[in-house]
Amino acid sequence: MSIAMALFIVCGALTIFGAVGLILAKEPVHSALSLILVMVALAVLYLLLGAEFIAAIQILVYAGAIMVLFVFVIMLLNAGEEVRTNLSRLARWVGLPLGVFFLAEMGYLLFHEYAGRAAGAANAPVVASTTDLSMKLFTEFVLPFELTSILILIAVLGAMVLARKEPQ
Amino acid sequence: MEFVSQHPILVVSVIKIAIALFVVMTALAYLTWFERKVVARIQSRWGPYWVGPHGLLQPLADGIKFLFKEDVVPPTADRITYVLAPFLALALALTTLALIPIGPATISVLGQKTQLVIAHSNIALILLFAISSLGIYGVALAGWSSNSKYPLMGGLRSSAQMVSYEVSLTLSVVGVLLLAGSFDFYDIVGSQSGRWFHFIPKWQIIPQFFGFLCYLTAAIAETNRIPFDLPEAETELVAGFHTEYSSFKFAMFFMAEYANMITVSCLATLLFLGGWLSPFPDTWSWQLYLPAVGLILGGLAMIAGGITSGQLTAKLVFPVLGLFCLAVGGLCAIHGVAVVVQGPFWFIGKVFLLLFFYVWMRGTLPRFRYDQLMSFGWKFLLPVSLANLVITSIVVMFLGARG
Repeated sequence: MSIAMALFIVCGALTIFGAVGLILAKEPVHSALSLILVMVALAVLYLLLGAEFIAAIQILVYAGAIMVLFVFVIMLLNAGEEVRTNLSRLARWVGLPLGVFFLAEMGYLLFHEYAGRAAGAANAPVVASTTDLSMKLFTEFVLPFELTSILILIAVLGAMVLARKEPQ
Repeated sequence: MEFVSQHPILVVSVIKIAIALFVVMTALAYLTWFERKVVARIQSRWGPYWVGPHGLLQPLADGIKFLFKEDVVPPTADRITYVLAPFLALALALTTLALIPIGPATISVLGQKTQLVIAHSNIALILLFAISSLGIYGVALAGWSSNSKYPLMGGLRSSAQMVSYEVSLTLSVVGVLLLAGSFDFYDIVGSQSGRWFHFIPKWQIIPQFFGFLCYLTAAIAETNRIPFDLPEAETELVAGFHTEYSSFKFAMFFMAEYANMITVSCLATLLFLGGWLSPFPDTWSWQLYLPAVGLILGGLAMIAGGITSGQLTAKLVFPVLGLFCLAVGGLCAIHGVAVVVQGPFWFIGKVFLLLFFYVWMRGTLPRFRYDQLMSFGWKFLLPVSLANLVITSIVVMFLGARG
Protein backbone atom coordinates (compact mmCIF):
# COMPACT_ATOMS: atom_id res chain seq x y z
CA MET A 1 0.00 0.00 0.00
CA SER A 2 1.42 3.36 -0.96
CA ILE A 3 1.77 6.24 1.48
CA ALA A 4 -0.80 8.30 -0.42
CA MET A 5 -3.36 5.48 -0.10
CA ALA A 6 -2.71 5.12 3.65
CA LEU A 7 -3.08 8.90 4.09
CA PHE A 8 -6.30 8.83 2.09
CA ILE A 9 -7.82 6.07 4.26
CA VAL A 10 -6.78 7.75 7.52
CA CYS A 11 -8.02 11.20 6.50
CA GLY A 12 -11.21 9.82 5.01
CA ALA A 13 -11.92 7.99 8.26
CA LEU A 14 -11.16 11.16 10.24
CA THR A 15 -13.55 13.15 8.06
CA ILE A 16 -16.39 10.69 8.66
CA PHE A 17 -15.55 10.48 12.38
CA GLY A 18 -15.64 14.29 12.61
CA ALA A 19 -18.90 14.54 10.69
CA VAL A 20 -20.60 11.98 12.95
CA GLY A 21 -19.17 13.70 16.02
CA LEU A 22 -20.51 17.03 14.83
CA ILE A 23 -24.07 15.68 14.89
CA LEU A 24 -23.84 13.49 17.99
CA ALA A 25 -21.84 15.77 20.36
CA LYS A 26 -23.96 17.31 23.09
CA GLU A 27 -21.55 20.13 23.94
CA PRO A 28 -21.55 22.92 21.28
CA VAL A 29 -17.76 23.37 21.56
CA HIS A 30 -17.25 19.65 20.84
CA SER A 31 -19.46 19.97 17.75
CA ALA A 32 -17.38 22.93 16.57
CA LEU A 33 -14.16 20.98 17.18
CA SER A 34 -15.51 18.03 15.16
CA LEU A 35 -16.28 20.38 12.29
CA ILE A 36 -12.71 21.73 12.44
CA LEU A 37 -11.43 18.15 12.27
CA VAL A 38 -13.56 17.57 9.15
CA MET A 39 -12.12 20.69 7.51
CA VAL A 40 -8.50 19.88 8.29
CA ALA A 41 -8.87 16.27 7.12
CA LEU A 42 -10.55 17.51 3.93
CA ALA A 43 -7.62 19.87 3.37
CA VAL A 44 -5.26 16.88 3.49
CA LEU A 45 -7.46 15.11 0.92
CA TYR A 46 -7.20 18.18 -1.34
CA LEU A 47 -3.42 18.06 -0.92
CA LEU A 48 -3.44 14.42 -2.03
CA LEU A 49 -5.27 15.51 -5.18
CA GLY A 50 -2.52 18.04 -5.89
CA ALA A 51 -4.62 21.10 -5.06
CA GLU A 52 -2.15 22.80 -2.72
CA PHE A 53 -3.66 26.25 -2.89
CA ILE A 54 -7.23 25.08 -2.20
CA ALA A 55 -5.98 23.02 0.74
CA ALA A 56 -4.17 25.97 2.30
CA ILE A 57 -7.10 28.31 1.75
CA GLN A 58 -9.48 25.71 3.18
CA ILE A 59 -7.53 25.70 6.45
CA LEU A 60 -6.86 29.44 6.45
CA VAL A 61 -10.43 30.54 5.80
CA TYR A 62 -12.66 27.82 7.24
CA ALA A 63 -10.67 26.35 10.10
CA GLY A 64 -8.55 29.41 10.88
CA ALA A 65 -11.08 32.23 10.54
CA ILE A 66 -14.72 31.16 10.39
CA MET A 67 -14.55 28.41 13.00
CA VAL A 68 -12.50 30.63 15.33
CA LEU A 69 -15.42 33.06 15.33
CA PHE A 70 -17.84 30.17 15.97
CA VAL A 71 -15.82 28.97 18.95
CA PHE A 72 -15.45 32.56 20.13
CA VAL A 73 -19.19 33.16 20.08
CA ILE A 74 -19.93 29.84 21.82
CA MET A 75 -17.41 30.76 24.52
CA LEU A 76 -18.75 34.29 24.83
CA LEU A 77 -22.32 33.10 25.33
CA ASN A 78 -21.01 30.20 27.42
CA ALA A 79 -23.68 28.02 25.87
CA GLY A 80 -24.58 24.97 27.90
CA GLU A 81 -25.85 21.65 26.62
CA GLU A 82 -27.92 22.05 23.53
CA VAL A 83 -31.66 21.73 23.79
CA ARG A 84 -32.91 18.53 22.13
CA THR A 85 -36.38 18.24 20.67
CA ASN A 86 -37.91 15.23 19.02
CA LEU A 87 -37.53 15.16 15.28
CA SER A 88 -39.77 17.83 13.82
CA ARG A 89 -42.45 16.65 11.42
CA LEU A 90 -40.80 18.44 8.51
CA ALA A 91 -37.52 16.62 9.13
CA ARG A 92 -39.29 13.26 9.25
CA TRP A 93 -41.41 13.58 6.13
CA VAL A 94 -39.16 15.71 3.90
CA GLY A 95 -35.66 15.38 5.31
CA LEU A 96 -35.45 11.62 5.55
CA PRO A 97 -36.59 10.85 1.97
CA LEU A 98 -34.32 13.61 0.65
CA GLY A 99 -31.37 12.13 2.53
CA VAL A 100 -32.04 8.65 1.22
CA PHE A 101 -32.45 10.01 -2.32
CA PHE A 102 -29.16 11.93 -2.06
CA LEU A 103 -27.29 8.85 -0.80
CA ALA A 104 -28.74 6.72 -3.60
CA GLU A 105 -27.74 9.30 -6.20
CA MET A 106 -24.17 9.48 -4.88
CA GLY A 107 -23.94 5.70 -4.79
CA TYR A 108 -25.18 5.42 -8.36
CA LEU A 109 -22.70 8.01 -9.62
CA LEU A 110 -19.78 6.43 -7.77
CA PHE A 111 -20.43 2.89 -8.96
CA HIS A 112 -21.64 3.47 -12.51
CA GLU A 113 -20.18 6.70 -13.84
CA TYR A 114 -16.70 6.62 -12.33
CA ALA A 115 -16.08 2.90 -11.95
CA GLY A 116 -14.33 2.62 -15.30
CA ARG A 117 -12.26 5.80 -15.00
CA ALA A 118 -11.24 5.56 -11.37
CA ALA A 119 -8.28 3.29 -11.88
CA GLY A 120 -6.57 5.55 -14.39
CA ALA A 121 -7.68 8.97 -13.23
CA ALA A 122 -7.00 8.62 -9.51
CA ASN A 123 -3.32 7.89 -10.02
CA ALA A 124 -2.65 11.02 -12.04
CA PRO A 125 -3.73 14.04 -9.98
CA VAL A 126 -4.17 17.26 -11.93
CA VAL A 127 -1.68 19.72 -10.49
CA ALA A 128 -3.21 23.18 -10.70
CA SER A 129 -0.56 25.75 -9.97
CA THR A 130 -1.41 28.89 -8.04
CA THR A 131 -0.49 30.98 -11.09
CA ASP A 132 -2.99 29.13 -13.33
CA LEU A 133 -5.66 29.46 -10.69
CA SER A 134 -5.19 33.20 -10.26
CA MET A 135 -5.06 33.73 -14.04
CA LYS A 136 -8.44 31.99 -14.39
CA LEU A 137 -9.83 33.85 -11.40
CA PHE A 138 -8.88 37.31 -12.65
CA THR A 139 -9.70 36.82 -16.34
CA GLU A 140 -12.42 34.27 -17.01
CA PHE A 141 -14.18 34.43 -13.64
CA VAL A 142 -13.51 38.05 -12.75
CA LEU A 143 -17.21 39.02 -12.59
CA PRO A 144 -18.27 36.34 -10.07
CA PHE A 145 -15.09 37.05 -8.12
CA GLU A 146 -15.83 40.76 -7.82
CA LEU A 147 -19.51 40.11 -7.09
CA THR A 148 -18.51 37.82 -4.21
CA SER A 149 -16.26 40.56 -2.84
CA ILE A 150 -19.14 43.03 -2.95
CA LEU A 151 -21.40 40.49 -1.24
CA ILE A 152 -18.89 40.10 1.60
CA LEU A 153 -18.56 43.89 1.86
CA ILE A 154 -22.33 44.22 2.18
CA ALA A 155 -22.33 41.54 4.87
CA VAL A 156 -19.61 43.42 6.79
CA LEU A 157 -21.55 46.69 6.55
CA GLY A 158 -24.72 44.93 7.64
CA ALA A 159 -22.99 43.46 10.68
CA MET A 160 -21.66 46.90 11.59
CA VAL A 161 -25.09 48.50 11.30
CA LEU A 162 -26.64 45.79 13.49
CA ALA A 163 -23.87 45.90 16.09
CA ARG A 164 -23.66 49.68 16.36
CA LYS A 165 -25.26 51.34 19.37
CA GLU A 166 -28.00 53.88 18.67
CA PRO A 167 -26.65 57.45 18.80
CA GLN A 168 -27.70 59.15 22.02
CA MET B 1 16.30 -1.61 4.49
CA GLU B 2 13.98 -2.22 1.58
CA PHE B 3 11.61 0.45 2.89
CA VAL B 4 14.50 2.92 3.06
CA SER B 5 15.47 2.37 -0.56
CA GLN B 6 11.84 2.57 -1.69
CA HIS B 7 11.00 5.81 0.09
CA PRO B 8 14.25 7.81 0.20
CA ILE B 9 12.49 11.18 0.54
CA LEU B 10 10.48 9.97 3.52
CA VAL B 11 13.57 8.69 5.33
CA VAL B 12 15.55 11.87 4.64
CA SER B 13 12.59 13.95 5.87
CA VAL B 14 12.41 11.97 9.10
CA ILE B 15 16.14 12.54 9.68
CA LYS B 16 15.75 16.25 9.00
CA ILE B 17 12.73 16.48 11.33
CA ALA B 18 14.64 14.73 14.12
CA ILE B 19 17.61 17.10 13.80
CA ALA B 20 15.38 20.19 13.54
CA LEU B 21 13.31 19.10 16.55
CA PHE B 22 16.44 18.62 18.67
CA VAL B 23 17.87 22.00 17.65
CA VAL B 24 14.56 23.84 18.13
CA MET B 25 13.86 22.25 21.52
CA THR B 26 17.34 23.20 22.75
CA ALA B 27 16.89 26.69 21.32
CA LEU B 28 13.52 27.01 23.11
CA ALA B 29 15.06 26.01 26.43
CA TYR B 30 17.96 28.42 26.08
CA LEU B 31 15.71 31.20 24.84
CA THR B 32 14.15 31.23 28.33
CA TRP B 33 17.66 31.48 29.84
CA PHE B 34 18.58 34.25 27.38
CA GLU B 35 15.39 36.17 28.14
CA ARG B 36 15.91 35.98 31.90
CA LYS B 37 19.53 37.07 31.57
CA VAL B 38 18.77 40.04 29.30
CA VAL B 39 15.77 41.22 31.33
CA ALA B 40 17.92 40.88 34.46
CA ARG B 41 20.62 43.08 32.90
CA ILE B 42 17.97 45.68 31.97
CA GLN B 43 16.75 45.68 35.58
CA SER B 44 20.28 45.67 37.10
CA ARG B 45 20.03 42.11 38.43
CA TRP B 46 22.09 38.98 37.85
CA GLY B 47 19.35 36.64 36.65
CA PRO B 48 19.79 32.86 36.97
CA TYR B 49 23.26 32.20 38.36
CA TRP B 50 23.43 29.17 40.64
CA VAL B 51 22.51 26.13 38.52
CA GLY B 52 25.66 25.55 36.52
CA PRO B 53 28.09 28.29 35.50
CA HIS B 54 26.18 31.52 34.77
CA GLY B 55 22.95 29.59 35.31
CA LEU B 56 23.49 27.68 32.07
CA LEU B 57 21.85 24.52 33.42
CA GLN B 58 18.77 26.44 34.63
CA PRO B 59 16.62 25.36 31.61
CA LEU B 60 17.47 21.70 32.38
CA ALA B 61 16.52 22.17 36.03
CA ASP B 62 13.27 23.84 34.98
CA GLY B 63 12.46 20.97 32.62
CA ILE B 64 13.06 18.34 35.31
CA LYS B 65 10.96 20.32 37.77
CA PHE B 66 8.06 20.59 35.31
CA LEU B 67 8.20 16.84 34.61
CA PHE B 68 8.08 15.86 38.29
CA LYS B 69 5.33 18.24 39.42
CA GLU B 70 1.88 16.81 40.05
CA ASP B 71 -0.38 17.17 37.02
CA VAL B 72 -3.61 18.62 38.41
CA VAL B 73 -6.77 18.52 36.31
CA PRO B 74 -9.62 20.60 37.75
CA PRO B 75 -12.60 18.25 38.45
CA THR B 76 -15.04 20.55 36.68
CA ALA B 77 -12.87 20.90 33.58
CA ASP B 78 -13.91 19.53 30.21
CA ARG B 79 -11.34 16.74 30.21
CA ILE B 80 -10.82 16.01 26.51
CA THR B 81 -10.52 19.65 25.50
CA TYR B 82 -8.43 20.45 28.57
CA VAL B 83 -5.84 17.84 27.61
CA LEU B 84 -6.05 18.59 23.89
CA ALA B 85 -5.37 22.34 24.18
CA PRO B 86 -1.66 22.33 25.19
CA PHE B 87 -0.86 19.59 22.65
CA LEU B 88 -2.58 21.59 19.92
CA ALA B 89 -0.71 24.76 20.86
CA LEU B 90 2.74 23.15 20.86
CA ALA B 91 2.21 20.87 17.84
CA LEU B 92 0.97 23.70 15.61
CA ALA B 93 3.72 26.05 16.78
CA LEU B 94 6.38 23.47 15.88
CA THR B 95 4.74 22.47 12.57
CA THR B 96 5.09 25.97 11.13
CA LEU B 97 8.87 25.75 11.55
CA ALA B 98 8.94 22.91 8.99
CA LEU B 99 8.30 25.43 6.20
CA ILE B 100 11.20 27.75 7.11
CA PRO B 101 14.32 27.33 4.94
CA ILE B 102 17.56 28.33 6.66
CA GLY B 103 19.97 28.47 3.73
CA PRO B 104 20.34 28.27 -0.04
CA ALA B 105 22.72 25.27 -0.12
CA THR B 106 21.77 21.70 -0.96
CA ILE B 107 23.41 18.99 1.13
CA SER B 108 23.66 15.27 0.61
CA VAL B 109 21.99 12.94 3.15
CA LEU B 110 22.18 9.16 2.55
CA GLY B 111 23.03 9.89 -1.09
CA GLN B 112 19.93 12.08 -1.49
CA LYS B 113 20.37 15.71 -2.52
CA THR B 114 18.24 17.77 -0.20
CA GLN B 115 17.61 21.41 0.69
CA LEU B 116 17.98 23.04 4.10
CA VAL B 117 14.24 22.97 4.72
CA ILE B 118 11.89 20.19 5.86
CA ALA B 119 8.95 20.98 3.57
CA HIS B 120 9.62 22.95 0.40
CA SER B 121 6.36 24.21 -1.06
CA ASN B 122 5.73 26.85 -3.71
CA ILE B 123 2.95 28.31 -1.56
CA ALA B 124 4.94 28.06 1.67
CA LEU B 125 3.85 31.46 2.95
CA ILE B 126 0.11 30.71 2.67
CA LEU B 127 0.62 27.30 4.28
CA LEU B 128 2.52 28.94 7.13
CA PHE B 129 -0.26 31.44 7.75
CA ALA B 130 -2.85 28.65 7.50
CA ILE B 131 -1.15 26.52 10.14
CA SER B 132 -0.39 29.42 12.46
CA SER B 133 -4.00 30.64 12.21
CA LEU B 134 -5.04 27.37 13.89
CA GLY B 135 -2.82 28.26 16.87
CA ILE B 136 -5.65 30.35 18.32
CA TYR B 137 -7.50 27.15 19.24
CA GLY B 138 -4.84 26.14 21.75
CA VAL B 139 -5.31 29.33 23.72
CA ALA B 140 -9.09 29.64 23.28
CA LEU B 141 -9.84 26.02 24.19
CA ALA B 142 -7.50 26.14 27.18
CA GLY B 143 -9.42 29.14 28.48
CA TRP B 144 -12.82 27.59 27.88
CA SER B 145 -12.15 24.04 29.05
CA SER B 146 -10.69 25.05 32.43
CA ASN B 147 -14.25 25.99 33.45
CA SER B 148 -13.02 28.85 35.57
CA LYS B 149 -13.55 32.62 35.33
CA TYR B 150 -10.03 33.99 34.84
CA PRO B 151 -9.00 31.48 32.17
CA LEU B 152 -12.25 32.11 30.29
CA MET B 153 -11.61 35.86 30.28
CA GLY B 154 -8.03 35.26 29.17
CA GLY B 155 -9.12 32.89 26.41
CA LEU B 156 -11.73 35.34 25.14
CA ARG B 157 -9.29 38.24 25.19
CA SER B 158 -6.63 36.33 23.36
CA SER B 159 -8.96 34.99 20.63
CA ALA B 160 -10.28 38.51 20.01
CA GLN B 161 -6.74 39.93 19.99
CA MET B 162 -5.28 37.25 17.73
CA VAL B 163 -8.16 37.46 15.23
CA SER B 164 -7.84 41.25 15.11
CA TYR B 165 -4.09 41.40 14.63
CA GLU B 166 -3.98 38.50 12.19
CA VAL B 167 -5.65 40.76 9.62
CA SER B 168 -2.91 43.40 9.87
CA LEU B 169 -0.22 40.72 9.98
CA THR B 170 -1.37 39.17 6.70
CA LEU B 171 -1.92 42.52 4.99
CA SER B 172 1.52 43.86 5.96
CA VAL B 173 3.15 40.92 4.18
CA VAL B 174 1.29 41.38 0.87
CA GLY B 175 3.51 44.33 -0.10
CA VAL B 176 6.54 42.04 -0.04
CA LEU B 177 4.65 39.44 -2.07
CA LEU B 178 3.79 42.02 -4.73
CA LEU B 179 7.44 43.05 -5.05
CA ALA B 180 8.75 39.47 -5.02
CA GLY B 181 5.96 37.94 -7.11
CA SER B 182 6.00 34.56 -5.36
CA PHE B 183 4.83 32.66 -2.27
CA ASP B 184 7.97 30.54 -2.23
CA PHE B 185 10.54 31.57 0.40
CA TYR B 186 13.42 30.72 -1.95
CA ASP B 187 12.04 33.13 -4.58
CA ILE B 188 11.25 35.81 -1.99
CA VAL B 189 14.82 35.74 -0.65
CA GLY B 190 16.15 35.50 -4.21
CA SER B 191 14.29 38.70 -5.14
CA GLN B 192 16.22 40.51 -2.39
CA SER B 193 19.67 39.76 -3.79
CA GLY B 194 21.64 42.52 -5.48
CA ARG B 195 22.50 46.03 -4.38
CA TRP B 196 21.58 49.66 -4.88
CA PHE B 197 24.64 51.85 -5.67
CA HIS B 198 26.80 48.71 -5.21
CA PHE B 199 26.59 48.74 -1.41
CA ILE B 200 23.04 49.05 0.00
CA PRO B 201 21.53 45.53 0.01
CA LYS B 202 18.19 45.26 -1.84
CA TRP B 203 16.35 43.92 1.20
CA GLN B 204 12.61 44.43 1.37
CA ILE B 205 12.90 46.39 4.62
CA ILE B 206 13.95 49.47 2.62
CA PRO B 207 11.03 49.71 0.12
CA GLN B 208 8.64 48.11 2.62
CA PHE B 209 9.69 49.94 5.79
CA PHE B 210 6.12 50.65 6.94
CA GLY B 211 5.18 47.08 6.08
CA PHE B 212 8.01 45.90 8.31
CA LEU B 213 6.87 48.10 11.23
CA CYS B 214 3.27 46.88 10.83
CA TYR B 215 4.47 43.27 10.65
CA LEU B 216 6.63 43.58 13.75
CA THR B 217 3.83 45.17 15.80
CA ALA B 218 1.21 42.67 14.67
CA ALA B 219 3.63 39.78 15.22
CA ILE B 220 4.28 40.78 18.83
CA ALA B 221 0.51 40.95 19.35
CA GLU B 222 0.01 37.56 17.65
CA THR B 223 2.50 35.88 19.96
CA ASN B 224 0.88 37.47 23.05
CA ARG B 225 4.05 39.20 24.19
CA ILE B 226 4.52 42.44 26.09
CA PRO B 227 3.23 45.10 25.43
CA PHE B 228 0.33 43.04 24.05
CA ASP B 229 0.27 40.22 26.63
CA LEU B 230 -3.26 40.96 27.83
CA PRO B 231 -4.35 37.28 27.72
CA GLU B 232 -2.07 36.63 30.67
CA ALA B 233 -2.08 40.02 32.36
CA GLU B 234 -1.23 38.83 35.87
CA THR B 235 -2.47 41.97 37.61
CA GLU B 236 -5.96 41.42 36.20
CA LEU B 237 -6.34 37.77 35.27
CA VAL B 238 -3.89 35.80 37.53
CA ALA B 239 -2.25 33.94 34.62
CA GLY B 240 -4.96 34.21 31.96
CA PHE B 241 -5.75 31.17 29.86
CA HIS B 242 -3.24 28.85 31.56
CA THR B 243 -4.20 29.63 35.18
CA GLU B 244 -5.52 26.10 35.77
CA TYR B 245 -2.66 24.32 34.03
CA SER B 246 0.16 22.72 35.97
CA SER B 247 3.19 20.51 35.44
CA PHE B 248 4.22 19.73 31.88
CA LYS B 249 1.01 21.00 30.30
CA PHE B 250 1.93 24.47 31.55
CA ALA B 251 5.43 24.02 30.15
CA MET B 252 3.91 23.11 26.76
CA PHE B 253 2.11 26.46 26.57
CA PHE B 254 5.36 28.14 27.49
CA MET B 255 7.27 26.26 24.79
CA ALA B 256 4.54 27.03 22.24
CA GLU B 257 4.89 30.74 22.98
CA TYR B 258 8.64 30.65 22.45
CA ALA B 259 8.30 28.51 19.31
CA ASN B 260 5.87 31.09 17.92
CA MET B 261 8.39 33.83 18.70
CA ILE B 262 11.03 31.92 16.71
CA THR B 263 8.64 31.34 13.77
CA VAL B 264 7.63 34.98 13.61
CA SER B 265 11.27 36.13 13.76
CA CYS B 266 12.24 33.65 11.02
CA LEU B 267 9.42 34.94 8.84
CA ALA B 268 10.47 38.57 9.39
CA THR B 269 14.03 37.63 8.44
CA LEU B 270 12.94 35.83 5.26
CA LEU B 271 10.48 38.49 4.12
CA PHE B 272 12.11 41.77 5.12
CA LEU B 273 15.73 41.23 6.12
CA GLY B 274 17.04 39.30 3.13
CA GLY B 275 16.91 35.84 4.72
CA TRP B 276 20.30 34.15 4.47
CA LEU B 277 21.89 36.88 2.30
CA SER B 278 25.01 38.50 3.67
CA PRO B 279 24.92 42.24 4.44
CA PHE B 280 28.40 42.62 2.93
CA PRO B 281 29.13 42.82 -0.84
CA ASP B 282 29.87 39.48 -2.55
CA THR B 283 33.33 40.71 -3.55
CA TRP B 284 34.50 40.52 0.07
CA SER B 285 35.52 36.87 -0.05
CA TRP B 286 36.89 36.83 3.50
CA GLN B 287 33.32 36.86 4.89
CA LEU B 288 33.14 33.17 3.97
CA TYR B 289 35.31 32.48 7.03
CA LEU B 290 33.36 34.71 9.43
CA PRO B 291 31.47 31.80 11.08
CA ALA B 292 34.76 29.94 11.66
CA VAL B 293 36.48 33.03 13.09
CA GLY B 294 33.50 33.75 15.36
CA LEU B 295 33.38 30.18 16.69
CA ILE B 296 37.15 30.02 17.29
CA LEU B 297 37.21 33.37 19.10
CA GLY B 298 34.17 32.30 21.18
CA GLY B 299 35.86 29.00 22.02
CA LEU B 300 39.08 30.73 23.10
CA ALA B 301 37.10 33.18 25.26
CA MET B 302 35.26 30.25 26.92
CA ILE B 303 38.51 28.40 27.70
CA ALA B 304 40.10 31.55 29.14
CA GLY B 305 36.96 32.45 31.14
CA GLY B 306 36.58 28.90 32.44
CA ILE B 307 40.18 28.62 33.68
CA THR B 308 40.12 31.96 35.47
CA SER B 309 36.64 31.32 36.97
CA GLY B 310 36.30 30.63 40.70
CA GLN B 311 33.44 28.11 40.37
CA LEU B 312 34.45 24.47 40.07
CA THR B 313 31.70 23.55 37.58
CA ALA B 314 32.69 26.51 35.41
CA LYS B 315 36.34 25.36 35.49
CA LEU B 316 35.22 21.95 34.19
CA VAL B 317 32.41 22.83 31.79
CA PHE B 318 33.67 25.91 29.96
CA PRO B 319 36.99 24.53 28.67
CA VAL B 320 35.17 21.47 27.28
CA LEU B 321 32.55 23.68 25.58
CA GLY B 322 35.36 25.91 24.32
CA LEU B 323 37.22 22.96 22.80
CA PHE B 324 33.98 21.85 21.13
CA CYS B 325 33.54 25.34 19.66
CA LEU B 326 37.16 25.29 18.46
CA ALA B 327 36.58 21.93 16.73
CA VAL B 328 33.37 23.13 15.02
CA GLY B 329 35.10 26.39 14.07
CA GLY B 330 37.97 24.44 12.53
CA LEU B 331 35.47 22.36 10.56
CA CYS B 332 33.78 25.56 9.29
CA ALA B 333 37.16 26.82 8.02
CA ILE B 334 37.18 24.08 5.34
CA HIS B 335 36.06 25.74 2.11
CA GLY B 336 33.26 23.29 1.21
CA VAL B 337 31.74 23.43 4.68
CA ALA B 338 32.13 27.22 4.85
CA VAL B 339 29.99 27.61 1.72
CA VAL B 340 27.16 25.54 3.23
CA VAL B 341 27.40 27.19 6.66
CA GLN B 342 27.37 30.73 5.22
CA GLY B 343 23.56 30.89 4.68
CA PRO B 344 22.47 29.49 8.06
CA PHE B 345 25.07 31.72 9.78
CA TRP B 346 23.51 34.98 8.54
CA PHE B 347 19.97 33.64 8.87
CA ILE B 348 20.38 32.58 12.49
CA GLY B 349 22.23 35.81 13.24
CA LYS B 350 19.32 37.92 11.99
CA VAL B 351 16.73 35.77 13.79
CA PHE B 352 18.77 36.14 16.97
CA LEU B 353 18.79 39.94 16.62
CA LEU B 354 14.99 39.95 16.28
CA LEU B 355 14.62 37.68 19.32
CA PHE B 356 16.83 40.09 21.26
CA PHE B 357 14.50 42.89 20.13
CA TYR B 358 11.54 40.92 21.52
CA VAL B 359 13.21 40.56 24.92
CA TRP B 360 14.29 44.19 24.87
CA MET B 361 10.64 45.22 24.34
CA ARG B 362 9.62 43.05 27.26
CA GLY B 363 12.18 44.67 29.51
CA THR B 364 11.23 48.24 28.68
CA LEU B 365 7.56 48.63 27.74
CA PRO B 366 4.45 48.69 29.96
CA ARG B 367 1.27 46.80 29.03
CA PHE B 368 -1.58 48.23 26.94
CA ARG B 369 -5.07 48.59 28.34
CA TYR B 370 -7.58 46.30 26.62
CA ASP B 371 -9.61 48.99 24.82
CA GLN B 372 -6.36 50.72 23.75
CA LEU B 373 -5.17 47.43 22.28
CA MET B 374 -8.33 46.93 20.24
CA SER B 375 -8.58 50.51 18.95
CA PHE B 376 -4.85 50.49 18.10
CA GLY B 377 -5.25 47.29 16.10
CA TRP B 378 -8.36 48.24 14.15
CA LYS B 379 -8.13 52.04 13.89
CA PHE B 380 -4.39 52.52 13.41
CA LEU B 381 -2.53 49.37 12.38
CA LEU B 382 -5.12 48.11 9.87
CA PRO B 383 -5.46 51.44 7.96
CA VAL B 384 -1.66 51.87 7.87
CA SER B 385 -1.07 48.37 6.49
CA LEU B 386 -3.90 48.86 3.97
CA ALA B 387 -2.42 52.19 2.83
CA ASN B 388 0.98 50.52 2.51
CA LEU B 389 -0.59 47.83 0.33
CA VAL B 390 -2.39 50.35 -1.92
CA ILE B 391 0.73 52.51 -2.41
CA THR B 392 2.88 49.43 -3.12
CA SER B 393 0.35 48.18 -5.69
CA ILE B 394 0.32 51.54 -7.49
CA VAL B 395 4.13 51.68 -7.56
CA VAL B 396 4.34 48.08 -8.82
CA MET B 397 1.74 48.84 -11.51
CA PHE B 398 3.71 51.80 -12.89
CA LEU B 399 7.30 50.71 -12.34
CA GLY B 400 7.16 46.90 -12.48
CA ALA B 401 7.93 44.44 -9.71
CA ARG B 402 11.70 44.86 -9.42
CA GLY B 403 11.67 48.68 -9.71
